[in-house]
Amino acid sequence: MSVPASIATAIDPRTESPEAIRVRLSEVDTSMKVPGVFFMISALFWLMAGTVFALIAAIKFHNVDFLGDSEAFTFGRVRSAHLNAMIYGWGTNVIFAVAPWIMGRLCRTRIRFTNILVIGGVFWNIGVTIGIFGILAGDKIGVEWLEMPAYATPLLAIAFACTGVWVVLLFRWRESGHVYVSQWYFLAAFFWLPWLYTIAQIMLVFEPARGVVQSLTNWWFAHNVLGLWLTPIALGAAYYLIPKVLGRPIYSYYLSVIGFWSLALFYNWAGVHHLIGGPIPAWLISAGTVASVMMVIPVIVVAINHHMTVVGLHKEGWASPTIRFVVFGAINYTAVSLLGSAMALRSVNEVTHFTHFTVGHAHHGVYSFFTMIMFGAVYYMMPRLLNREWPSAMLISLHWWATAVGVTLMVVVLSLGGWIQGLRLNAISDDGTVVYQFMEVMEYLNPYMVMRSLTGVLITIGHVAFFINFFWMLCQRPDPRTPARPTLLTNEA
Amino acid sequence: MRSLPLIFLGVFFTLALSWVGIVLVGHLQLGDLEPASAVLVNQEAEPIAGVFFRDDRTGAYRMGANQPGEPVFPIQLTGSAQRGKRIYESMGCIYCHSQQVRRQGFGSDFERGWGDRQSVPRDYIHHERVMLGTMRTGPDLSNVGLRYSELWQHQHLFNPQITSPGSIMPRYAFLYEVRPISEDRGPSPRAIQIPDAFHPGPGLEVVPTQRAVDLVAYLMNLRQDYDLPEIRRAE
Ligand code: HEC
Repeated sequence: MSVPASIATAIDPRTESPEAIRVRLSEVDTSMKVPGVFFMISALFWLMAGTVFALIAAIKFHNVDFLGDSEAFTFGRVRSAHLNAMIYGWGTNVIFAVAPWIMGRLCRTRIRFTNILVIGGVFWNIGVTIGIFGILAGDKIGVEWLEMPAYATPLLAIAFACTGVWVVLLFRWRESGHVYVSQWYFLAAFFWLPWLYTIAQIMLVFEPARGVVQSLTNWWFAHNVLGLWLTPIALGAAYYLIPKVLGRPIYSYYLSVIGFWSLALFYNWAGVHHLIGGPIPAWLISAGTVASVMMVIPVIVVAINHHMTVVGLHKEGWASPTIRFVVFGAINYTAVSLLGSAMALRSVNEVTHFTHFTVGHAHHGVYSFFTMIMFGAVYYMMPRLLNREWPSAMLISLHWWATAVGVTLMVVVLSLGGWIQGLRLNAISDDGTVVYQFMEVMEYLNPYMVMRSLTGVLITIGHVAFFINFFWMLCQRPDPRTPARPTLLTNEA
Repeated sequence: MRSLPLIFLGVFFTLALSWVGIVLVGHLQLGDLEPASAVLVNQEAEPIAGVFFRDDRTGAYRMGANQPGEPVFPIQLTGSAQRGKRIYESMGCIYCHSQQVRRQGFGSDFERGWGDRQSVPRDYIHHERVMLGTMRTGPDLSNVGLRYSELWQHQHLFNPQITSPGSIMPRYAFLYEVRPISEDRGPSPRAIQIPDAFHPGPGLEVVPTQRAVDLVAYLMNLRQDYDLPEIRRAE
């Protein structure tokens, strides 16, 4: 790439910093310390709560007696509690910790008025807590991804205004003339989510639209929470962390521009593919399918860009917990998005729709891609905020293996089981009768459901390791005599 | 790409585009559907096929009118069934059950007896909460009101093992009251029959709470067995 020199330095977050920039960065780190720690603690508690809800829901799928007489923990409610705890509790809190920090570093400006950020965070967490209690108490709204009752919403809106606006202000106050691709992703995401959320609230909760327009709004919203909130944040973080840790600039500036704008253009149309076959005008479904297929462009572009940056440095990368998690996430972004495009094709969708394949796909996206990148970001961020290192390489290693293996197996189990489920549900013999009775298909899935729970246990072990390591780090007193050295995963098999 | 307003303009328009395309146009196309009779008529009151007819004078296509005197569908849920919908929503039945029949040849909805016509947008205009669903851990429920009796529904909700041994559907026994049979008034007329193997015990009876009654009323009203003008049955 023949990039003019000025841009080449502009896009390189690593820039061999002169002392002045070092000081700037450490100012950013210090200013983000309190909010960062606050959001991380909240995020971790939600991660654990969401994990417990997930296990309960998973176990119920092969053992109906488990908490069978509890109304609050009936399947339909724990499942929603799980989703909301993960997306709005874990995911959004960790974003509130990581995104302003990276934004501040890229803008070379410390985060001012951090108490407002923290106040926003307090409101956010109260809002999510009320929302989840509301779900368990039976006030849930029957719209996927928007289950939290209406009385939690105003709090969430205020909270988001307090926190989200920061990312934009940081950009206004930036003291570095360069704008890096991560900054676009963050700006866009922090603009998109409130818009999506407001419209969804208005058109689905306060003044519900008529008939299936609700379903259209629902999937426009739900798919975009993934596509225009979690995805750009995770991509932005990966764009920042991979070059930063490996000490090598991102492969191509132009590819990152194309990747960003094609994502902005296509992703938000893709949600309609959740309604293929449903009572929706055919042209809308076609538009959704086309957009889903066009998503191949940004995905391939990002894949090339990330891969070419890492290539040749796999060994160094493997020793860094951050790179391990982030590259795992980046690879899965490619995989899950290409699969997603395929699932929007009518013939594939006919099989996968309504089955566990979709559940596997959701975990592939939100966990293997988004959450893993966030784990990587946290491993990089916390030592810089706290000025101390992760206490245990062993726990990091455990976290890595348990979650990477756990979620991969989970996705494989659900995809395989779901695919066969879909084939069997659809199978029709020549005389026009179904080949498998419904109950036969359901019973066939039982071993898959047991395996899904086991993979869930594995992931839980990883989360516990992460949890312990984090609080250990928080509580430990750094020993001034031994200079801190980054915790690497070098002497592991 | 350094200026904030420019980036904002870009991200604004990309999202606005999809919102207009999917939500707004969807709303314009579907937002004013009304209940309709099975056959619509043109301005000369002659029956037409489908929803639109061609106006001979102007040559324009116009929407037909409901046939006078004929019943219109869908019907609005009222009372108990209406409240039952809220129970369905709050219990999260939607995570295992869909409410949409796909056309013949796409999946096996017809063959499984889940419906004999495809669901259309007009079927949902009265649903203040549209729950099409995205999962079929359990069967589609668009027409479940046509398949079972109230007693079956109650037994199934009280404990799915009664009617469907091996089912992984959760039991909703907490919607039922298990209580001693009254000494002087005898068994309640509202008590539901429970087979011995699942019966809570001698001297006890199982009475549905108002929530169970409402939920079953809702389920019994799930039916798309009426004709609409846009439905072309393959006969
Ligand atoms: C964990 C998933 C799950 C949940 C949640 C669930 N169901 Fe089911 N449901 C099933 C399965 C599996 C079957 C098929 C076996 C059976 O009849 O029990 C079924 C069957 C049914 C049937 C009979 C359908 C037919 O055509 O045979 C009805 C009616 C029904 N469920 C209603 C409900 C209602 C109402 C709720 C919410 C209060 C609910 N279900 C929640 C899984 C679920």
